[in-house]
Amino acid sequence: MTFASLTRRSAILLGASLLLLGLTFEVRADTTILNVSYDPTREFYRDYNAAFAAHWKKETGETVNFEQSHGGSGKQARAVIDGLRADVVTLALAGDIDEIAKAGLLPADWQARLPDNASPYTSTIVLLVRKGNPKNIKDWDDLAQPGVAVITPNPKTSGGARWNYLAAYAYALDRFDNDDARARAFVGAIYRNVPVLDTGARGALTTFVQRGIGDAFISWENEAFLARAEFPGQFEIVMPSISILAEPPVALVDRNADRKGTRKVAEAYLNYLYSPEGQRLAAKHYYRPRDAQHAAKEDAARFADVRLFTIDDKFGGWAKAQREHFGDGGVFDEIYRPGR
Amino acid sequence: MTHAIFALPRPAPSVLPGFGLTMGLTLTWLSLIILIPLAGVFITSAGLGWTEFWRLASDARTVAALKLSFGTALIAAGLNVAFGLLVAWVLVRYSFPGKRLLDAAIDLPFALPTAVAGLAFTALYAPNGWLGSFLVPLGLKVAFTPLGIVVALVFIGLPFVVRTVQPVLADFDKELEEASATLGATRFQTIRRIVLPTLMPPLLTGFALAFARGVGEYGSVIFIAGNIPYVSEIAPLLIVIRLEEFNYAGATAVAAVMLVISFALLFVINLLQAWNRRRIGFAG
Amino acid sequence: MTPDPLAIEIARIPAGNPPPPRARFRTPLSEVLWVRFGLIAIAVAFLALMLALPLAAVFAEAFRRGVEPFLAALVEPDALSAVRLTLFVAAISVPANLLFGLVASWAIAKFQFRGKSFLITLIDLPFSVSPVISGLVYILLFGSYGFIGPWLIANGYQIVFAVPGIVLATIFVTFPFVARQLIPLMEQQGTAEEEAALSLGAGGLRTFWSVTLPNVKWALLYGVLLCNARAMGEFGAVSVVSGHIRGKTNTMPLHVEILYNEYNFVAAFAVATLLALLALVTLVLKSALEWRYGGELAASGRH
Repeated sequence: MTFASLTRRSAILLGASLLLLGLTFEVRADTTILNVSYDPTREFYRDYNAAFAAHWKKETGETVNFEQSHGGSGKQARAVIDGLRADVVTLALAGDIDEIAKAGLLPADWQARLPDNASPYTSTIVLLVRKGNPKNIKDWDDLAQPGVAVITPNPKTSGGARWNYLAAYAYALDRFDNDDARARAFVGAIYRNVPVLDTGARGALTTFVQRGIGDAFISWENEAFLARAEFPGQFEIVMPSISILAEPPVALVDRNADRKGTRKVAEAYLNYLYSPEGQRLAAKHYYRPRDAQHAAKEDAARFADVRLFTIDDKFGGWAKAQREHFGDGGVFDEIYRPGR
Repeated sequence: MTHAIFALPRPAPSVLPGFGLTMGLTLTWLSLIILIPLAGVFITSAGLGWTEFWRLASDARTVAALKLSFGTALIAAGLNVAFGLLVAWVLVRYSFPGKRLLDAAIDLPFALPTAVAGLAFTALYAPNGWLGSFLVPLGLKVAFTPLGIVVALVFIGLPFVVRTVQPVLADFDKELEEASATLGATRFQTIRRIVLPTLMPPLLTGFALAFARGVGEYGSVIFIAGNIPYVSEIAPLLIVIRLEEFNYAGATAVAAVMLVISFALLFVINLLQAWNRRRIGFAG
Repeated sequence: MTPDPLAIEIARIPAGNPPPPRARFRTPLSEVLWVRFGLIAIAVAFLALMLALPLAAVFAEAFRRGVEPFLAALVEPDALSAVRLTLFVAAISVPANLLFGLVASWAIAKFQFRGKSFLITLIDLPFSVSPVISGLVYILLFGSYGFIGPWLIANGYQIVFAVPGIVLATIFVTFPFVARQLIPLMEQQGTAEEEAALSLGAGGLRTFWSVTLPNVKWALLYGVLLCNARAMGEFGAVSVVSGHIRGKTNTMPLHVEILYNEYNFVAAFAVATLLALLALVTLVLKSALEWRYGGELAASGRH
C-alpha cells in the first residue's frame, strides 16, 4: 500500500467518524435551565434539581431540564459576564453577583428581590482537625500559634476562602476591641502558618486530607460535614467561639432568562429553594436552612449554636470588604508577605 | 507592525513553485488564529495606561513570580535537553526489550491532562507519597517547593525535545559517520564533530519549545508548587489572581510581559538556529 | 557521492530491528557495549522516574477500589458525553493543524527569505502563551464584552462557552505542533530532490505529493500524534472557554477535574487513565504501521 492511498483511506475514515459524531449530539426541545453555581453545591443541586423538576411537572405538566456548571465562584461570575448564558446563578459571595449586576445582566437591587438577602441557606466557618485533635486546637487563637500548620486556600482566587479570612478577622476585631492594627497582625500570623496556599477550597481540602499536610483546615461548615462523611473516622470538627454568617446568594439573571424565555420557571426554581422541600434538602446537604423547622431532625441537630457575625456588622457589606481587604494592594496583600 | 511583517517575505530565487500561495495561506491562518486574538491582550492591557502597567509589571511580587517562572522553566528545559537527547539516542540507535513501550510512553505528558499530571506528581512527592516518604526524611522536599515546579516542568517539556530530535536522528545519514570513522576519527570524535552539530537545530528547537511551554504552564504546577507568594507563586497564577479581581487589564498586563519576554527568547533561539544552519550549510 | 554498499545496507535497517550481530563488537559505528548499556540504563531509569511512576500512580488511584467502580465511572452518561466532545474537538482541530503545518513548512523550509526566524517564532507563540491566556484571548474577542462578541451574540452565534470556542482554543494550543515537527526536517533535507523532480517534468503538486511528503511522513505522523494527544489532553485553555456545563461543554480533562472536586478520586483517575490509554493506543498503532511498512518506508524515504 502506498502512502498516498493510506492517507486517502484515513481521510475517508475521518470524514465518516466526524459525521457520526455530529449525529450523536442530541437536540433538546424542553425548557432547559442553566444553573451556574460554585463548587460545594454539586451534591445539593443534583438532588434539588430532581425535586424541583418533579414539583414543576406536577404543578404545570411541563418538563424542565437542568444543566449545571460548577467552579470557583469568581470564575463562574466572570464566565456569566463574558457570555455564559446562565438563567440563574447560585454563588458563594454577594460580591460576585454584584459584579454580574455591574455588567448589566441583572438589576443592582437583586439582593432585595428574594427573602433573607437572597440567601435561602447559610453556612459558617469552622475548623477541621485531625482525629483526636493532636494539636489541641480549640479556637482561632490556636491557629496563630507558632508550629501549627493551617490549610486554607488563597482568598484572592477562592471566594470561600474570603469567608475564612473574614471569620478570623472578625474574631480578632472582637477580641482586640476593634483594634485594627492588632487584628491585622493576628490574621497575618495565621496566614504565616499556611504552608500551601491552594487556589480553590476543594484543592486545599485534598492537600489536607490526601497529602496529610497541616494540623487544621479552615472550612465552610457544610464542606467540613461533607469531608467528615466522605472520609469517616479521620477528622473532627471544632466550632470556634465566634464565626461569621456565610450567606451564599442566588439570583435570576434577567437578561439571559428573558432572552431564552425562561423567566417564569427560573423564578419558580429560586422561590422553591425557600419551600419546606428546598429547606429540607439544603439541611440534608449540610447547609443551615433559614427555616430550621423544615429540616429533618437529625439534620437540624447537626448545627451547633454559635455566635455569628454578619458581614454587614463587621465589615460594612461585601462591596466594602472586597475593596478594602481583597483588592489589589488591599489588607490581605499587606499582611501576607511570607518569605521576607 | 503586522503590515511590515507581511510585506517582508520575498524568497531568494528558487525553482520551486507555490511560495506565494503557501506563504499567503500561512500568514492568513496565523493571523486569524494567533495574531489577531493575541493582539487583544495588548489592546486590553493598553487600557491600563503606562504608569499603571509599569506599577503592575515592576511590583516586587510580580517580578518574583516572573523570575520563578522563567528560572524554573530554564532549568527544566536544560535538563530536558540533556535527558531528551539521551532518550532519543537510545530509542533510535539501540534495541532492547521494551523499547516500543518506552517510545510510546514519551508522549504521555501531552496526553495526560496537566491537572492530572500535577495531582500524580503531588501524590508521589508529598511527604506521605511513594517517593516523598523516602525523600523528605533525607531533607529533600520536592512537593510544595520550587523544586517541585522543576519536576513538573521536566515532565511537561520532555516530549518536545525527544520528538524533535528523534526524526532528525532517524533520518541521519550513517554514511557520514562511516566516512568519519574511515578517516580515522574515534567514536567520541565522530559524535562530537559530526552527529551533535547535526542535532543542534532540533535540540535548540526542543529547548525553546520546552522552555516556552514551561513558562506558561499552569495546570500541573499549581498542585505541586505550594503557591506561596514570593517563594513558589508562578506568574500564570498571578494572572488568575488578577482575573479573580475582575481586573482584565491587570491580568493581560502580566500576560503581555510574559509574552514579550518569551517571544524575545524564542526569537533569539530561532536566530541562533538560522545562524547555525548557515554555518553548517544544510539548506542547499 | 557513491554510497558504499554497506552504508546502504545499514540505512535499510528499519528503526527498531535488532542490529546485525557484528555490531555487538566494537565497531567504529557504535559505542562500546558497556557505554550502550549504561546509556540505556540511564534513559530507562529517567523515564521510569518521570513517566512510569506518575502513570502508575494514576492507575493505582483508578483501581484503588477495584475494577467495578473504575468501569462504572467510564460508562456514566456525563463521562460518555465528555469522551464524545473530546473526540469531536480533536477531529476538527487536528486536520486543521495538519493542513496548516504542511502549507507553512513548505513555505518556510523550502524557500529562503528575510524574516524567516521571525515567522517561525510567531508560529511558536502558542507554546509560550500561558494556557490561561490562550483561553482568555478568545473571551476578549468573542465574549459579551469582547471586540466582536456583542455582534455575534446579537445574531445568535454563541462562540465562547460553547463547542466552537473549545475547538478554537484547542486549535490555538496545538497550532505549532505539526509545523514545528516538519520545518527542521524539511530544512535539513534541502530542496535538491524537489528540484530534480521538477527538472524531470513533474508539476508542483505532484512533486510535493510524491517527493516531499514521503520524505517527511514520519515527522508528519509524529506531529499529528502529538497534536492529537495535546488536543485531547488540553485543560487550561479549554477550561477558560468551556463554561463547564455538565454533559454539554465538558471535555474529558475538565470532567476529570469535576470528578476530582467531587472527591470522586477513583472516577477522576479512571477517566484520566482513559486519556492516557488513548494516547498509548495511538502510539501502538503508529508503531504497528512503522513495523509493517518499515522496510519499504526506510528505503523509499531516502532515495
